[in-house]
Amino acid sequence: MSSATHIPPTDAATSLHAAQAARARQVRRTRLFLLAPALGIIGIFGLFPLSIALVYSLLEPGTYGGVEWVFSFDAYVQFLFERDIFDDTLAFNSAYLQIFGRSFGLAITTMIGTLMLGFPVAYFIAARPPEQRNFWLFAITLPFWTNLLIRTYSMLLIVRDEGFVNLMLMKIGIISEPLEMLYTDGAVLAGLIYSYLPFMILPIYASLEKFDFSLLEAGHDLYASRTQVFRHIIVPITRPGIIAGCVLVLIPALGAYITPELLGGGKKLMIGNLIALQFGSGRNWPFGAAAALILMAVVLIALLVSLRAGAPKEGGHG
Amino acid sequence: MAKFMSLFRRSTGSRELRRQPLFTGMSWLVLVFLYAPIAVLVVFSFNDNRSVVRWTEFSLRWYAAALENDDIRRSAMISIQVAFTATVFSTVIATMAALATTRGGVYRGRAAAIALINQPLMIPEIVTAIATLAFFSILRQLTGVTGIGWLILAHTVFCVPFAYMPIRARLSDMSVTYEAAAADLYASPWQAFRHVTLPLLMPGVMAGAMLAFVVSLDDVIITLLVAGPGETTLPIYILGQIRRGVTPEVNAVSTILIGLTVAMVTLTFFLQRKQK
Repeated sequence: MSSATHIPPTDAATSLHAAQAARARQVRRTRLFLLAPALGIIGIFGLFPLSIALVYSLLEPGTYGGVEWVFSFDAYVQFLFERDIFDDTLAFNSAYLQIFGRSFGLAITTMIGTLMLGFPVAYFIAARPPEQRNFWLFAITLPFWTNLLIRTYSMLLIVRDEGFVNLMLMKIGIISEPLEMLYTDGAVLAGLIYSYLPFMILPIYASLEKFDFSLLEAGHDLYASRTQVFRHIIVPITRPGIIAGCVLVLIPALGAYITPELLGGGKKLMIGNLIALQFGSGRNWPFGAAAALILMAVVLIALLVSLRAGAPKEGGHG
Repeated sequence: MAKFMSLFRRSTGSRELRRQPLFTGMSWLVLVFLYAPIAVLVVFSFNDNRSVVRWTEFSLRWYAAALENDDIRRSAMISIQVAFTATVFSTVIATMAALATTRGGVYRGRAAAIALINQPLMIPEIVTAIATLAFFSILRQLTGVTGIGWLILAHTVFCVPFAYMPIRARLSDMSVTYEAAAADLYASPWQAFRHVTLPLLMPGVMAGAMLAFVVSLDDVIITLLVAGPGETTLPIYILGQIRRGVTPEVNAVSTILIGLTVAMVTLTFFLQRKQK
């Protein structure tokens, strides 16, 4: 009797359980079906080619570009040493190190420059009433989507010898001869800052967007000076935004190609140009691949450092 | 009087504190810095003279010259072909991925999936470009297939994360109650998607498609390395011309490209704002 009353619920429970399991399977299958194209195409044609680049960096260059399938560590040796074509001895060569050094110098200066310019703008936008914020955000975002090549070209137009900047300076009478600004590190730096400034402003703004500005008043009421308010309230709040902004500027600035190409005139090479050159007229694909991987490694290190720096600090102020 | 009143401003200190007069000035200067070079380019593309500093007369002659230039027309067609195809593929792929990463709760591997989708944004473009070139050169040899398909494939890959961002944002803002209601009314998952989710999601999909289109249309580095002979897109043509020197036709074409981008991004901006 008792079994008769018990069986139906158990039966219902198992069938309910089975139905749930079937649904879970269905959900998982749908999810897999939806994700497969994105993960497939990016995995195969975005991520996997990086390992091909690694393989290429360990081969010998082909005469007309491409590679010879012979293992060689030369691409990496070439960074620091030049092989004498006559007696095959290695001599130290700092040319490529210098290009790397210049790229880092320029990228880090760009990062600092965009921070100095971008922080005040981000703060200013966040302190606007909401309806004005949208105008500003739109104004800052628009150049970001505008063709980088064309923006760099427009920069070239105004810093040329016969460009607008020189014309203005000469009109005011500060200079009598046009300044040679194009094809200098300064021009490249200006171009890089110009290109990547929105990347700095937007994340800092995002970290300030929900900020309650009356906290400043609270600090002020507690006799904090302007600098103290800034240091102990605003800086900790914007820290994640600043770090994100620095990473977003540093990565593309390190790999910049168009800016040094147009504003540095091919004389002021950066890593990006060096890599592209090896796959073009340089015809040394392994060396280009090795340079690209070294760049990748640096970017990864920067990302890891930023992740550590971005982690909330234990104790202390904040 | 105003000066006298300002003696009492101390009590409304927050207004005073949040306003940093220096920052206001700097912000306007930054805006000028961002727009002045582009403005010079745009304005002087309408100059009758070849000069980009001395204005003589308004003229559309460089636009006429650009439109009659066969190289420009050919490269513009290639750009549109590549951008359009890559946009269609990447938007479909990104929409599917956005559905999988916003619906159906949190599951293991979701964070990894999102990271993989955003991977093309995390790597310097030049690295992606040479890695893709290396991989494609092997594939081209193995399969014997050549043609513009490779370029479209490369563009599709880096367009996916750009299309994905607004679609995912739209989906996570959308309540699941509509879909749940559709399911309660015996709609199949496909019917619920087709008649409920997709129409609601459309602004996000359009925004994603437009961003993908703009990003593909603007690309230089990956195209420069991956494109085969005869696959010169408009930016690659422009780069070649700039290397040879400044020409007024390039200013005109650049202005057209800027105009197109501004129109699409503005539209995207309003599509995304409407929902809020």
